[in-house]
Amino acid sequence: MPEEIVQPSRVRELFRNKKDSDKVVSLFITAGYPELDATVDLILGFEKNGAEMIELGIPFSDPLADGPTVQYASNIAIENGITLEKIFHMIREIRKKSQIPLVLMGYINPILRYGVEKFCRDAAGAGADGLIIPDLPPEESALITDSVHKNHLDMVYLVAPNTTDERMQQIDQLSSGFVYCVSVTGVTGARSGDEIEASVNRFIHRVHKNITRNPKMIGFGIRSFEDAQKISEYTDGFIVGSALIGTIRKSYPEENWQDSVFDFVRSLSSGPSN
Amino acid sequence: MTMNYTLPDEKGYFGKFGGKFVPEILIPALEELENAYREITRDPGFEEEYRKLLEEYVGRPTKLTFANRLTEHFGRARIYLKREDLCHTGAHKINNATGQLLLAKKMGKSRIIAETGAGQHGVATATACAKFGFECVIYMGEEDIRRQKLNVDRMRLLGAEVRPVSSGSRTLKDATNEAIRDWVTNVEDTFYIIGSVVGPHPYPMITRNFQRVIGDETRSQLMKVEGKLPDYLVACIGGGSNAIGLFYPFIHDEEVTLIGIEAAGEGVETEKHAATITKGTRGVLHGSMSYLLHTEEGQIQLPHSVSAGLDYPGVGPEHAHLHDIKRVEYYAVTDSDAMRSVKLLSETEGIIPAIETAHAVAYLETLMPRTEEDEVVVLNCSGRGDKDMKTISEWF
Repeated sequence: MPEEIVQPSRVRELFRNKKDSDKVVSLFITAGYPELDATVDLILGFEKNGAEMIELGIPFSDPLADGPTVQYASNIAIENGITLEKIFHMIREIRKKSQIPLVLMGYINPILRYGVEKFCRDAAGAGADGLIIPDLPPEESALITDSVHKNHLDMVYLVAPNTTDERMQQIDQLSSGFVYCVSVTGVTGARSGDEIEASVNRFIHRVHKNITRNPKMIGFGIRSFEDAQKISEYTDGFIVGSALIGTIRKSYPEENWQDSVFDFVRSLSSGPSN
Repeated sequence: MTMNYTLPDEKGYFGKFGGKFVPEILIPALEELENAYREITRDPGFEEEYRKLLEEYVGRPTKLTFANRLTEHFGRARIYLKREDLCHTGAHKINNATGQLLLAKKMGKSRIIAETGAGQHGVATATACAKFGFECVIYMGEEDIRRQKLNVDRMRLLGAEVRPVSSGSRTLKDATNEAIRDWVTNVEDTFYIIGSVVGPHPYPMITRNFQRVIGDETRSQLMKVEGKLPDYLVACIGGGSNAIGLFYPFIHDEEVTLIGIEAAGEGVETEKHAATITKGTRGVLHGSMSYLLHTEEGQIQLPHSVSAGLDYPGVGPEHAHLHDIKRVEYYAVTDSDAMRSVKLLSETEGIIPAIETAHAVAYLETLMPRTEEDEVVVLNCSGRGDKDMKTISEWF
């Protein structure tokens, strides 16, 4: 029998307790990048510096929804010898010190290879709260739905600017925790702030209208506090990934490289001047 | 037993294989593609335009050549070659590239992208784009650019932009990743012409249906000269488009033995091979569930084959299914056996095959001794070897 997780979802709690005007700051980091030993401390540091939720990336050799930055980080992590076992261990270490909502984000193949049921059980057992699988659209969700429910994980699906209204509503029904709103068509990290602003407004309004059951988090291409302010008006928060990894890439392995990374994280929740 | 084979099903599955494992952004694009494809299959005008293009431009029907000296060499069943090497641009790839391009035109897309390994699909796509005046971007791994330089030059001359891909193994797998990323980014105006029976549904079905002309022609041509169906069909398999094109029209004819030949590289007992069905396990790559070469952790392994067109860690989902239901037999042939067969076919038949094709030829060494003199073997001569001359001369 799989161990029952009695705790309510940390993700759902986070959104339930926040004020409408507050924007949840969520960070994506690739597990095992830039070093295997760095991940736990980075995540604890992110939390101290204003992050309220973590998407922990499971590295994959062929991340076809990701741009060059996340590809690079994934390759380094794989070279560093990352495994799912090690990722679960990292989560257990984080849980000794923190209750920050943590969602695993990874492609379906490593999960299939590990075994879907075993993966969900071990992820939940380690203290992960949910899953985002960018190459598992609702059409293929039957593969994982039972295991997700059995282990009380949140399952986050994505909507994109070309997702129809009707489909957005279906995805809202299928999702739990939150819905991940991909702000532009493209891979992660691909677009500049201006481009986002120009294309995103109509999408945000459709999201606002059609996704009513779940909180909405917006991501893909957000690089700064200003970017986030511009596009998160009708959402519950925003996700920063490539820009964070880009900041790590710039400073690592200088001495105290984490400091400039944490500075960047702080600037995301309060603006650079604070 | 009579088979009733109507796959893929509504969800795009061939048994346990296939599906649509893609980012949300591509779902509307795949639906649009599937709807457009269903529409053109009901449109006699489209069929006529495609047939005319195949006849006047591609050069179909391609010949079925009796390989008399190769037959003598083995002294058993009569061997025929289905001459896809005689297609315009030198391989079967153009059957599919022209079909998908016509589909793109019907859908009102203005920009074409494609991935290529050996460069044959890239050249075929660039050719069709030139013929119809489309913008064309071809993604190709740096390693493949090095070993298939002639095809790179051809694509550029045809007006295509060849974008080198430097990620991963810098081969077909990585070129495919990059093409998908481009598609995700430019999904509104771009049509992705996938070169094989891989990728998310409906691509494996569409590519198969554009390639089945190989098998349809073979059937009627062989009926004329032999008055019977073949006993064996042999074809090489990377993603598997030339093989499925030959096999598919015979799938219900259970007396016809279907044989697919993968690349064993330096040997299936080594790490350096591309024998996906022989050695792989179930997994998801490039949008579909199939057999895969991957590690215990589910990371895709770098395949190896001397032949760029077979150097791929996945295989079309329909082949995975045909393997599981035991309708097709799959074997693997090493680099060195394939290279010896380049020579064999050149010297016995005056046909220099692509190294991909030579893998199928090499399997005749195993197959022919078990055949009878009154039997017939048809081998899909999927491409010509001009593009491989550098590799071939360095080898011998």
